[in-house]
Amino acid sequence: MNIDERIVITGVGLTAPNGNTLGEFRNNLLNGVSGVQKFTTRYLGDTLAGICNFDPLKYQKKKDLRRGTRAGSISIYCSNEAIADSKLDFETFDKSRIGVYVGITEHGNVETENEVYNLSQYEYDTKTWTHHHNPRTVANNPAGEVTLNMKITGPHYTIGAACAAGNLGIIQGVQMLKLGEVDLALAGGVSEAIHTFGIFAAFRNEGALANHADPTKASRPFDAGRNGIVISEGGCVYTLERLSDALKRGAKIYAEIVSHATNSDALDFVLPNSDRQAECISLALKKGGLKPEQIDLVNTHATSTPLGDVSECNAVKKVFGACDKTYINNTKGFIGHTMGAAGALELAGNLDSFNDCVIHPAINIDKLDPACDVKNLVINVPQKVDKVEYILNNSFGMLGINSVLIVKKYNK
Amino acid sequence: MTDQQINDMILEIVADIAPDADLSNINPDVRLREQIELDSMDFLDIIMELRKRYKIDVPEDDYMKLSTLNGCVEYLRPHLKDR
Repeated sequence: MNIDERIVITGVGLTAPNGNTLGEFRNNLLNGVSGVQKFTTRYLGDTLAGICNFDPLKYQKKKDLRRGTRAGSISIYCSNEAIADSKLDFETFDKSRIGVYVGITEHGNVETENEVYNLSQYEYDTKTWTHHHNPRTVANNPAGEVTLNMKITGPHYTIGAACAAGNLGIIQGVQMLKLGEVDLALAGGVSEAIHTFGIFAAFRNEGALANHADPTKASRPFDAGRNGIVISEGGCVYTLERLSDALKRGAKIYAEIVSHATNSDALDFVLPNSDRQAECISLALKKGGLKPEQIDLVNTHATSTPLGDVSECNAVKKVFGACDKTYINNTKGFIGHTMGAAGALELAGNLDSFNDCVIHPAINIDKLDPACDVKNLVINVPQKVDKVEYILNNSFGMLGINSVLIVKKYNK
Repeated sequence: MTDQQINDMILEIVADIAPDADLSNINPDVRLREQIELDSMDFLDIIMELRKRYKIDVPEDDYMKLSTLNGCVEYLRPHLKDR
């Protein structure tokens, strides 16, 4: 075990509502292409959602799809893509030394809801309840399906952390690599949330579900007219390695994960707290031995809810208010809220900034909310900057969980 | 249902449960599990579909009787003779 081991990202696999590879996703973020569409869900009818169109049969058989879950399928696609992207010799790699750590907002709601509906079609005869219910709904399902698919015999589990889960999946991978528990981590987050009507109904009934005549304009973080969240599915899994291992095999290195922090508001089930968010950001900076002005880009969580965005902007102003060259953006205007995938996916969309020094914008800001007027917010069009060396990624979730990840450009 | 109809109905259920399998050359006297990828959870799906589609409850003790296509026809014939 060496706690000072440096951990790097050497592969990215993702599916977002507007892209099924990092290149496609990044390109659409630079060109203002949204992935939000009209969507019809059981009981509720017409609504909006971010829907992924990756080909699940690229890595699974039809029977696997029938047996497994959507979250499992997204995890399998992203994990296989992450390994392929890493150019690792996977065939000869010791599969017992690979860990699979998948962040999830929730799991099991989709299957349970489907089964209850099915039961209603058979006069609530419990003999028609599927025997597949348990393996589909156990909390480790998405990570476990990855191990079945890729024949990985190392540890697998999910990290339940609401909408902070994407960051937490990565953090778990980093920690296990430092502890020497594994030699390679497949780490990130996924969400299948659009396939359960309950999440739509709950957000709608608390007045936090976005609506707009134009689906592509519905998710509009920091805009004065924002009216809630667009729920999306998605996933992003990284290949993480110790720097020494990555260098040994001459791997392409996307970034080094230099710091992270997690804390809890301890105040409310759903309401965010700007002081705790600021503390979490400051803690990540402190742990990384960094000053706020060293951060070149902050990807805000920015869910497009009236309250959530203001809370986060206050936290950002508190920490970065005096920084002249720290730029701010966000991603949910393009893809909606991918829940458990958000932290990992949104970070991926910014990684190319290390190479091209271009920051993708926050979109759909027709009239900036004065309460969200953070300094150096990149609005609607990409911005070329002098340098991008550090990116800080916020991801917050219900029950008051905050997570912050800081990644650094890898310099040889 | 005629024997042929029962045979086709079973193959239709199996096609849903094992969508990747080639069912064109199934030997009706050889266990299905020996001819296509079908595990115990899949077999339970056949039982479940009989229950859902035809309200036929197959007791666990009779599961073995459904292991071949001809076994299925034989077993289901009395249940489906008037349908």
